[in-house]
Amino acid sequence: MIEVRGLTFTYSGTDTPALQGIDLSIPEGQLCAVVGANGAGKSTLCYALTGFVPHFFHGEMHGQVSVGGRTVATTALADLAGEIGLVFQNPFSQISGARYTVREEIAFGLENLGIPRAEMPERIGEAVELTGLSGLEERSPYALSGGQQQRLAIASMIVMRPRILVLDEPTSQLDPAGSKEVFAALRALAAGRNTTVVLVEHKLEWVAAFADRVVVLAGGRLIADGPPAQVLAAADLEQHGVGRTRYTLAARQAQARRLRPPSADLPVTLDQAREFFR
Amino acid sequence: MNLRLEDVSFTYPSGVTALEHVSLTVREGEAVALVGENGAGKTTLAKHLNGLLRPTHGGVWVGDQDTRRHSVARLARSVAFVFQNPDEQLFERTVRAEVGFGPRNFGAGPAEIEARVQAALSRLELQDFADRHPYDLHLSQRKRVAMAAALAMDTPILVLDEPTIGQDAGGVALVGGLVESLKAEGRTLVAITHDVDFCAEHFERVVVMADGRLLADGPAGEVLAQGDLLAEAAVEQPQLVRLAAALGWRETPLTVEAFVDLLAARRKDGT
Repeated sequence: MIEVRGLTFTYSGTDTPALQGIDLSIPEGQLCAVVGANGAGKSTLCYALTGFVPHFFHGEMHGQVSVGGRTVATTALADLAGEIGLVFQNPFSQISGARYTVREEIAFGLENLGIPRAEMPERIGEAVELTGLSGLEERSPYALSGGQQQRLAIASMIVMRPRILVLDEPTSQLDPAGSKEVFAALRALAAGRNTTVVLVEHKLEWVAAFADRVVVLAGGRLIADGPPAQVLAAADLEQHGVGRTRYTLAARQAQARRLRPPSADLPVTLDQAREFFR
Repeated sequence: MNLRLEDVSFTYPSGVTALEHVSLTVREGEAVALVGENGAGKTTLAKHLNGLLRPTHGGVWVGDQDTRRHSVARLARSVAFVFQNPDEQLFERTVRAEVGFGPRNFGAGPAEIEARVQAALSRLELQDFADRHPYDLHLSQRKRVAMAAALAMDTPILVLDEPTIGQDAGGVALVGGLVESLKAEGRTLVAITHDVDFCAEHFERVVVMADGRLLADGPAGEVLAQGDLLAEAAVEQPQLVRLAAALGWRETPLTVEAFVDLLAARRKDGT
């Protein structure tokens, strides 16, 4: 579904590539998390997968990104809309400012795609349901809390039923309950609708619980790629500015103090930790 | 200098009541974390601590200053406030000007302003960004600029709304280290946080809010042990507390070290 080959991108006016030699292939229906320190290239990768690089953010690009068989660099952004959705890091930057209610804001993208009116209520209802915005449909988008605005930005994208949804830190403003709802909604999209989901996320316990796959970026390069349990337990994550769950930290300290055998696999989730420390 | 809320209720002009009969005293040098879901009233409570909001009923005192009788500018000499969203706070054209705004406003001389700015920037590892426009920075850096601006005001009390928001692992460690050093200096800290693991590791007292009320208030080890109560406030227990419970332990380890110490003690006991 997503094919990235030898992607290197340097923003105009800078000398250092934001991404270097990225190879990545993401199949349909996969939920892929991207982790890494701030400045590692995570947002740039989001832009490259959705065509904002190079169409909106200019620079020097080498290699190729194709989505559903179409080369992103040679396809107009307007032709990618509807097929690929991007939820930005800052939800405030995503609200159109042109609509008065949450319902109208969610419908905005559908109108632009020319979806028949008769089809809208069902689609909007589903997006509202999935993002937990029920009851807020008639509120002004600006009267919502940061977390609610973030969910509105996600609802405005999923209502278009894109085949690929890319989200840059979609839970940064959300409390744990709200974050869990968003992850569960994304999981449901990937599993139920076969949507390919790529998300940048710092909350590693959720990544471990919900993602099929984790990609680690550091200094613009892809340095690890695999199942969460394997990638997040790897020995060299810290030097790349990626955090650990407390389960992993406690297990490593227990090994260092010879309370657990050094050979045992490090836990990433609560269930794995319970086995490790049992 | 204490912070004291006495039977505070607050209703927004829209008619939404965000606080109901909240009483809370934060003693000098305490580090208190406010937890609770979005909409529980945490930010509304925090905005009462420097006079940004004034109670509809009841009273708030910063030391002996009644917030209803003093301007926000006056209270700002005692309490510095860091907003959840740094973009609500930042308005200068360079990071240096932003961080220097507070001391300049207090009438500090150029040398003192420069010294305070340098100290604050270095504590938040922002020295390299002094001449940049805040809006050219990443959210995590803008948040640190907002914190540096608060630090430069050199107040005895700091209120931090979601200090770890947008921070990567290195940023969270930096903010954690900052909280520890502020505690060591004897500053009074009130922080709102959704990051319960961060809360467990750095704050000795935890206040749980739900629907505009205080649901619990006590030492972190006692409050964070109460899974049912936290669930009522839609707050999750810290990872290590959940792990200890899953292993059938009765203790509430708040840090990785505490957890591993318990593990070692149990091994010694043969349990």
